[in-house]
Amino acid sequence: MKEKKDIVILGIESSCDETAASIVRNGREVLSNVISSQIALHTLYGGVVPEIASRKHIEKINVVIEQALSEAQMTLDDLDAIGVTYGPGLVGALLVGVSEAKAIAYAKKLPLIGVHHIEGHISANYIENKDLEPPFACLVVSGGHTHLVIVKDYGKYEIVGRTRDDAAGEAFDKVARAIGLGYPGGPKIDRVSKEGNPDAIAFPRAKVADSAYDFSFSGLKSAVLNYLNGCKMKNIPIVQADVAASFQKAVVDVLVDHAMHAVEEYGFKKFAIAGGVASNSALRAAMEEACRKRGVAFYHPSPVFCTDNAAMIGSAAYYEYLAGTRSGWDLNAVPNLKLGER
Amino acid sequence: MKILALDSSGLVASVAVVEDEKLLAEYTVNYKKTHSQTLLPMLDEIGKMIDLDLSAIDAIAVAAGPGSFTGLRIGSATAKGLGLALDKPLIAVPTVDALAYNLYGTDKLVCPIMDARRNQVYTGVYAFDDRTLKVLKPQMAVSVEELTEMLNEMGQEVLFLGDGVPVYQKLIDERMKVPFHYVPAHLNKQRAAAVAALAEIYFREGKTEHARDHQPDYLRLSQAERERAAAENGSC
Repeated sequence: MKEKKDIVILGIESSCDETAASIVRNGREVLSNVISSQIALHTLYGGVVPEIASRKHIEKINVVIEQALSEAQMTLDDLDAIGVTYGPGLVGALLVGVSEAKAIAYAKKLPLIGVHHIEGHISANYIENKDLEPPFACLVVSGGHTHLVIVKDYGKYEIVGRTRDDAAGEAFDKVARAIGLGYPGGPKIDRVSKEGNPDAIAFPRAKVADSAYDFSFSGLKSAVLNYLNGCKMKNIPIVQADVAASFQKAVVDVLVDHAMHAVEEYGFKKFAIAGGVASNSALRAAMEEACRKRGVAFYHPSPVFCTDNAAMIGSAAYYEYLAGTRSGWDLNAVPNLKLGER
Repeated sequence: MKILALDSSGLVASVAVVEDEKLLAEYTVNYKKTHSQTLLPMLDEIGKMIDLDLSAIDAIAVAAGPGSFTGLRIGSATAKGLGLALDKPLIAVPTVDALAYNLYGTDKLVCPIMDARRNQVYTGVYAFDDRTLKVLKPQMAVSVEELTEMLNEMGQEVLFLGDGVPVYQKLIDERMKVPFHYVPAHLNKQRAAAVAALAEIYFREGKTEHARDHQPDYLRLSQAERERAAAENGSC
């Protein structure tokens, strides 16, 4: 009997404001996970500045890859493939990772695998949940994405719900700015909300008329802004924690409602969350409770695997590798890449 | 000495391999495809043509700016990836210097111009003295008006080249008071062979850098940084 060989993959991620590299064995075992965050830099501008992000990526990319290799006690010669995020994301930022990955793969004669960023986020769940296998339903929520996805098999996805306007994380950022919490909004609203009353203000739970699964957050954002303006006009003091907690509850309610509707409709016994907003404590607690009530197993990555990271790219690349996916030397960054497209 | 050179700073994408005084291969494309799609396939292609053993390369040279920010990063990230994988040093060649080197040996002034948008060009003024490139005005971002004034003051015949020529030709024609010419097609755009030839000189002078430390020289801050600096200075 031939022993099954381990597959070791270097994952590279640079789609937004995190430069990241990771070594992943057999898709689930993370040997190193290096993330260089630019968040402090972009805080000066109240959000991610694409050109600054791209410049920072080129400055850090080799250091991050070298560190990922050394922490895993490996060299490039130990690798079986390189996986890299090629979309969606900021085109200038993506191009740094894509160009770097292509050059390394070319020079070391390694297979190159372009990975969809959202596929990466979903795959983050495989890292700590060794028992999790498709099919399952997954809600991907981050600063740029709000997708309700049916994971039919490894690498096979069906998006059943998506946001019609703002991403959930984007709404957190905008509301955080409006109530003076600043950037990044997600973690700040999460923290402040713990001191507030989530039922203090009745913000709307937006439904999209022709879809049970799609989301809309721009109406909620406007409702918060209107409420704040109204308070100002009437000289009513604004209780930051109550606004934050009530807004957060409105987002969480809608996310849970849609996700559970899909779980019931499709009859799934497994449900996962992923993406930066998946580390929101109120969302986790509410999802956990909703799943428990329905006898559905609930999966979520640790915060370090919720934020943009390269371990999730290494994990997704592994399953693409097994499926025979290979990218050419002409692999390009695709800023608006659709999930399941190649 | 064997040098692999890349230039994706402007409209042209170019890859070359130079061994000592010999150009083994050069591949230059001036077409609408993005450099990200062309640069590595071009390297792959010439690599096959000349049975290139990448491990036998002494250094990777890259046109390191100024230029299109994204184009520069495609070249730089490719060079950094190759440097990391092959454990070879990088040589950062100033883009405008390399363009000027296309006209090696001329007795006229050389003035490459690249369109830098915002009514500016990336440019510099060069001459050849005893077969060496002399940098009279180091690469900079200025308006064509400022540049032509500078050249008129220098008072010598000028050769213009670069992808900024078609954009600003009318303005140059109007403003130049000293004799000048535009260089023909085979010499007037970025060529990786020129980057490699200059890089050979840099290499001998020990002017290499670790792939880890390399980043392009943009000559300009990002728009957000400029606006922030302006706001802090109270001007607008």
